[in-house]
Amino acid sequence: MHPAFSIIIFTTLSGLGYGLAGVLGLGLLDPAATATKCAHVLALALISAGLLSSTAHLGNPQRAWRAFSQWRSSWLSREGVMSIITFVPLLISAWTSIVEGRYLPLPGLLGTVLCLVTVYCTSMIYASLKSVQAWHTPLTPACYLLFAAAGGFVLASVFGFAGGGNTRVLPLLAVVFLIAAWGTKLRWRERMKRLVPLSTPESATGLGNIGRVWLFERPHVTENYLTREMGFKVARKHAEKLWRIAFILGGIVPVVLLLALAALGGQGWPSALLAAAAALLHWTGVFVERWLFFAEARHAVMNYYGG
Amino acid sequence: MTTLPTLPTPKKLGLVIDLDTCVGCHACVVSCKEWNTGGYGSALSDQDPYGADVSGAWLNRVHSFEVVPEGGEVVGEAGQARIVHFPKSCLHCEDAPCVTVCPTGASYKRAEDGIVLVAEDLCIGCGLCAWACPYGAREMDLAAGVMKKCTLCIDRIYNETLEEVDRVPSCVRTCPANARHFGDLGDPNSAVSKLVAERGGMDLMPEQGTRPVNKYLPPRPRKSLAESAHTLPLAENTEGAKGFFAWLDGMLDRI
Repeated sequence: MHPAFSIIIFTTLSGLGYGLAGVLGLGLLDPAATATKCAHVLALALISAGLLSSTAHLGNPQRAWRAFSQWRSSWLSREGVMSIITFVPLLISAWTSIVEGRYLPLPGLLGTVLCLVTVYCTSMIYASLKSVQAWHTPLTPACYLLFAAAGGFVLASVFGFAGGGNTRVLPLLAVVFLIAAWGTKLRWRERMKRLVPLSTPESATGLGNIGRVWLFERPHVTENYLTREMGFKVARKHAEKLWRIAFILGGIVPVVLLLALAALGGQGWPSALLAAAAALLHWTGVFVERWLFFAEARHAVMNYYGG
Repeated sequence: MTTLPTLPTPKKLGLVIDLDTCVGCHACVVSCKEWNTGGYGSALSDQDPYGADVSGAWLNRVHSFEVVPEGGEVVGEAGQARIVHFPKSCLHCEDAPCVTVCPTGASYKRAEDGIVLVAEDLCIGCGLCAWACPYGAREMDLAAGVMKKCTLCIDRIYNETLEEVDRVPSCVRTCPANARHFGDLGDPNSAVSKLVAERGGMDLMPEQGTRPVNKYLPPRPRKSLAESAHTLPLAENTEGAKGFFAWLDGMLDRI
């Protein structure tokens, strides 16, 4: 599948944003601290930037509001509806923290639950597609949810060290979720590699009872929308290398950094900056992971296009 | 509404494509483009139409496959391998995954005849329906930013200003080999349903669970070259000649 830049930005940034907003909703950071107030602003900014980016790949973005209508059947529509509903408790929580310096458990916890539901809807856009076998597994939503949680706790650690408090619990929870997320992703990837294709050129043409089927001639010599969108192959040959880069940058380095910081446990700018570096590396790793999520996935239609 | 019709549609209009007779001439591809660029919805645009990297939205395409039986590696060598031309357009599935994923309600399946359509003024061009379709039946129009697909020539089949013979999809009307047939596959007594029953019409990718309406007729079994050899007329053999040719045969033998 074609790894569209706008969609990778959308899923990684909104994942981070919903993760951070979800952690803020748990009330683990001191609501009166300036760092916590900044965290609220950053969470909302990341979510908004992600959602705006998702409209960049639309052919007719001016009609995007119509996407709120078909929540009965469409995960994309559900994602849109949930993203708007989730803004309500998130804005209330942000207001009470920034203006009143208070934490309210009801909007806080409701926001956490809705953040998880929204990320789940995003993941189901992909997991619900039977035509892309690599995505069609409950491991896909598991990965999206765990990556959002991991990113959320990593970012929350940054603000914890910068004055929000809880400088042992937050980085330790970040480490737990980082290990869970990358472990689940590893399982997802092992599953993808072992997949026996559901559809083959034989089942796609119905000619399997005559013999082995292979493409003799494409319908046309140049690329078309389908081969560009569904037949992306360019960097699959670097997939293993990229996966290792993602795993080290996004998983191992942040885990080591956060463990060290948790052991020291002190607030202050040096710790906050190191945690911020861990967060940035984590995002870079997830970006590469998300790129591979698209680039490595094979679509059933390629059975008609010779691979 | 992007929920599928709850009851089976009373009519299941669709195509039956004969892989035995298709000669791969691409006439259906061209006539489809010609009709649909001026018909339902926005024009079917091409990008860089006169350049080296031409591409565009087409609703019907012909692929060609080689089918190699066990033991036959090279065409002709084992006498069995064969080329099959394979026209492909929307299959108007009963469980159309392209319809249910649509976030705006642009993609829908008609309750009365089962035709799957795109309401272009509602389409945001997100492309998710094209991802959901395992057959590659939908292509984005890059000029209009909306999804295009086979309409089963809805502006022909119900069009009473056309001669009755023309009230079939453009691809069916134009096929010189009569490899494409149009009709109601929900009616077991229709000509297309009988054809499907007689020739063992099949679904493409049944494992995807889409229940396509369009059916494909498999190529008829082919005799091997060796089997056909003895039926070829031999110049040496005049056995069974009658009348004038028997007399001529006799006379020439005597000379």
